[in-house]
Amino acid sequence: MKFGVVVFPGSTCEKDCYYALKETLKQQVRYIWHTETHISDIDCIVLPGGFSYGDYLRAGAISAQSPVMKEVKAFANDGNLVIGICNGFQILLESGLLPGAMGINRSLKFTCKMQRLVVENTDTPFTHTLKKGEILNIPIAHKEGNYYIPQEGLNKLRRNEQIVFRYYGENPNGSVDNIAGIVNESRNVFGLMPHPERAISPLLGSTDGIKVWKSVIEWKAGR
Amino acid sequence: MVKVRLLVTLKKGILDAQGKTIKGSLENLGYEKVKDVRVGKTLELYIDTEDTESAIQMTKDMAKKLLVNPVMEDYSIEVEEL
Repeated sequence: MKFGVVVFPGSTCEKDCYYALKETLKQQVRYIWHTETHISDIDCIVLPGGFSYGDYLRAGAISAQSPVMKEVKAFANDGNLVIGICNGFQILLESGLLPGAMGINRSLKFTCKMQRLVVENTDTPFTHTLKKGEILNIPIAHKEGNYYIPQEGLNKLRRNEQIVFRYYGENPNGSVDNIAGIVNESRNVFGLMPHPERAISPLLGSTDGIKVWKSVIEWKAGR
Repeated sequence: MVKVRLLVTLKKGILDAQGKTIKGSLENLGYEKVKDVRVGKTLELYIDTEDTESAIQMTKDMAKKLLVNPVMEDYSIEVEEL
């Protein structure tokens, strides 16, 4: 399977994603610069974490307008897999590929810690090998992870079972309904604040991130 | 030339954690009469036109496409002919 990790000016987690996919999961992977417009060789697009364009205006807002995102939108609308992690999730929200918006953490602090998550939906390419109700340890590192969606939109997310991960225990940022990760209606676009690429080794405190990546790889292999 | 001030604020009902913290600090300074603080941002756009109506329309388009996130934010527009 071939992954493409998009690099924006100010991305900071692209090497972590590249390393996890190449070294830990033994997959093909290449970087995609934000001005690139040919991504047809890729099976799954990864929008990594970081501070693209310095989070100017709003986190992810400027990146959402970049040339590569036009291609990513078309790629996603064709049913292909897209994962946005942290700043990548913010970019997916700003580009309209996922519903809602991201506000500043209720604590006003940048929060960097290991976080427990509960798996809410296993009927997605990203979680089909997990168990519903399973608790994962995956780190978070963000100041703008306070996911917000108006009540009507939240009802829709619940009805369509688009909520994939919720924070377990204390909510670290004040997100609506403890939301940590969601998919789009057709379940091929996944955005999450936690960093699965940083939970790939006992040395890093957790290997639970591997489960997410393996789920994607197995889903693709079964196609 | 027209100068447009685009004032962006969080929608009513959305918790403004910064505003709340600033309100607390003002209380500590003795300003108990301040009942709420909402933090926003201002963008000043200098638009090369003589027509304020078209400057407003252009700003509304830009707000929709990029400058404002309608999920969380409201905006107002002030215009000044230069």
